[in-house]
Amino acid sequence: MACARALHFSLKETKDVNLSMNPLYAELQWLPRVPKEFSERLKDLGNSTGHVGRELQALALYALDLNQLTKMAKVIVKARSEGRSLNPLTPFRLAMLSNSTVDLIVPGLVASAARHGIALEVIQPSYDQVAQEALTPDSRVNSSKPDAVLFALDYRALPLQLSLGDDTTAAATVQGVIGYLQALRNGIKTNSHAICIFQTFAPPSETLFGSLDRALPGTLRSILDSINRELTELVLASGDVLLDVAGLAETVGLAEWHDPQLWNMAKFSFSDQLIPLYADHVARTVAAIRGKSRKVLILDLDNTVWGGVIGDDGLDGIKVAQGDAQGEAHLAVQRLALDLRQRGIVLAVASKNIDEVAREPFEKHPEMLLKLDHIAVFQANWNDKATNIQAIAAELSLGLDAMVFLDDNPVERGLVRTLLPQVAVPELPDEPAYYARTLAAGGYFEAVAFASEDLKRAGFYQDNAKRAELQKQVGGLDAYLASLDMTITFQPFDATGRARNVQLINKSNQYNLTTRRYTDAEVAEAENDPEVFTLQVRLADIFGDNGMISVVICRPGEPGVWDIDTWLMSCRVLGRKVEHMVLREILEHARAAGIQKLTGVYRPTDRNKLVVDHYARLGFAKLVEEESGLTRWERLVAGADPESAPMKAVSQGFAIAKEKSVA
Amino acid sequence: MDDSQIYARLAEIFEDVFDEDSIELTPDLSAKDVDGWDSLTHIRLILMIEKIFKIKFSTSEISKLENVGDLVALIKERV
Repeated sequence: MACARALHFSLKETKDVNLSMNPLYAELQWLPRVPKEFSERLKDLGNSTGHVGRELQALALYALDLNQLTKMAKVIVKARSEGRSLNPLTPFRLAMLSNSTVDLIVPGLVASAARHGIALEVIQPSYDQVAQEALTPDSRVNSSKPDAVLFALDYRALPLQLSLGDDTTAAATVQGVIGYLQALRNGIKTNSHAICIFQTFAPPSETLFGSLDRALPGTLRSILDSINRELTELVLASGDVLLDVAGLAETVGLAEWHDPQLWNMAKFSFSDQLIPLYADHVARTVAAIRGKSRKVLILDLDNTVWGGVIGDDGLDGIKVAQGDAQGEAHLAVQRLALDLRQRGIVLAVASKNIDEVAREPFEKHPEMLLKLDHIAVFQANWNDKATNIQAIAAELSLGLDAMVFLDDNPVERGLVRTLLPQVAVPELPDEPAYYARTLAAGGYFEAVAFASEDLKRAGFYQDNAKRAELQKQVGGLDAYLASLDMTITFQPFDATGRARNVQLINKSNQYNLTTRRYTDAEVAEAENDPEVFTLQVRLADIFGDNGMISVVICRPGEPGVWDIDTWLMSCRVLGRKVEHMVLREILEHARAAGIQKLTGVYRPTDRNKLVVDHYARLGFAKLVEEESGLTRWERLVAGADPESAPMKAVSQGFAIAKEKSVA
Repeated sequence: MDDSQIYARLAEIFEDVFDEDSIELTPDLSAKDVDGWDSLTHIRLILMIEKIFKIKFSTSEISKLENVGDLVALIKERV
């Protein structure tokens, strides 16, 4: 009977209009489902007078639909207009230039940004004023000094004409469009210096010839392919940021993306059902610009990295082989983890197991792609997962907000979400074949640039974990440091190092005195200004080259004073007395430049407690302590230098080169 | 589904879209009677109704809608 009824209903439902798309993407299924009390909690938040940032972010972490996003955006906008603090969310002003209706999208952006730790303010000029806004110096967009401008353009914004089979005219059309986009970019760059975010163009699903459209010059599809390719090259070369809307539309399907009825009625350039997805992609891009992408993937083992339970099923029983459907699902997880590691994401393991049992498949199973060498920190014991994740974070000297935790077990996921809300924990479907896709769809490791240093980073952190072990064995810190055989290299900023400098400036949160973020152009400016003293610092040791690990910018203050505008360091070289060596270097150049005094400031954020005593440790005298916790410091250039650390120091690229060694 | 059931679900949708629970739905109610019922809100309303009732309206049906009564009649035809 029950069966018959179910059948009856399913037959009836097939007659209904099917509005559902692939739910992984349309419904953001990597995020937990919205709880019943969402509206209540949001309402309470709207009426609260305290700090609402953290609770807003917690609520935004659910898979909100467009209506829920819109309501949340209202609360955010209201809180901001009442002057309430949105800390610890990072403020960001985004101008959105579009040829389509974005009124429903804007609230989606504001709420989705909270999910990624950003307090987003959207500047939305009148409909279809793209060129006017970009090119007029005192336009609404330019005069509002946005942090970034998103060119949310649809192919219908472009001057396109078909030129079937005529590649000369097609090439001219493409160049015309690229020239137009470049003019928009130059307008923004000249008038407001904002970061430019360009979207690739999703082609319409309709074809003219059919498959031939892709091959024949001058068809819409072929022209848009060329425009997208040239646009991506332009973005890579200029340091602008790309939002691959064409890729997103392909992922969900062009026929789902474009809704001709909605375009005709309201000039929506894509389906309203995909606004939450689009908004999350914009938000993760903005978060990546602000250095909020995650850095570590922590893997559960049983039923995540392999099928089955190693402690019960044994080496021969777990499913991890090619040719076995379930095994291939778990191998896909391993493949993705390995590929992520290759682009610089650190891998760790948190498993409830006996350590040697958990290690056995890595060491002995011939089909395992992941080897122990790939895992920076291996935590297999009977502690709860939250404790183990904290241990992993401590070992790597990274914050919990750099971590993603992948686990098939909903109980473990719930526990970690409750105890460590900063850790990202993707929901996983019941079917392991979709694990890898779900993890990738979450976009936790979104990056807006790729520096060659990224390639080595996973190795760096791994070596660091080794160093921590060595440290335990060696005992005395100085003896340990001496055993590392370190070489520190100082250089002024230069074009070669700029990408990495910009990355450090925008990503370092913990060892960062002022957390001032600078764009590529601003760093280039500092590089070329003879009044500004800049340092980029590299460190090598017996485990390898750590690459660029510290950045300093001193700007001229009062006569005879250098004010330390920026001083940051990568946490992977923490506890190596690098900062002592950096100060020695600054003092030496200050002396040569006739400077008498250094001043510095510590600007507290919720991430940089680590350096609250930085200047005190380096012999600076405290001048002021403000209520916010901000402190100001000074140090005379004359007098004793800070103690040297056991490493070889090399200066390159300054007016006077030198090489000196300290025992 | 009878009229009263449709009105009850529409009331929830209106409350959600307008973020306002004091709108009384009558057959004569139209956009000019409600604060904030502009063309964009109208689209939001239609999209929400399509989603909740699992139906799809044509462009001409949407353009002919004069008041809540028309809307209820249109929904009734479909569900």
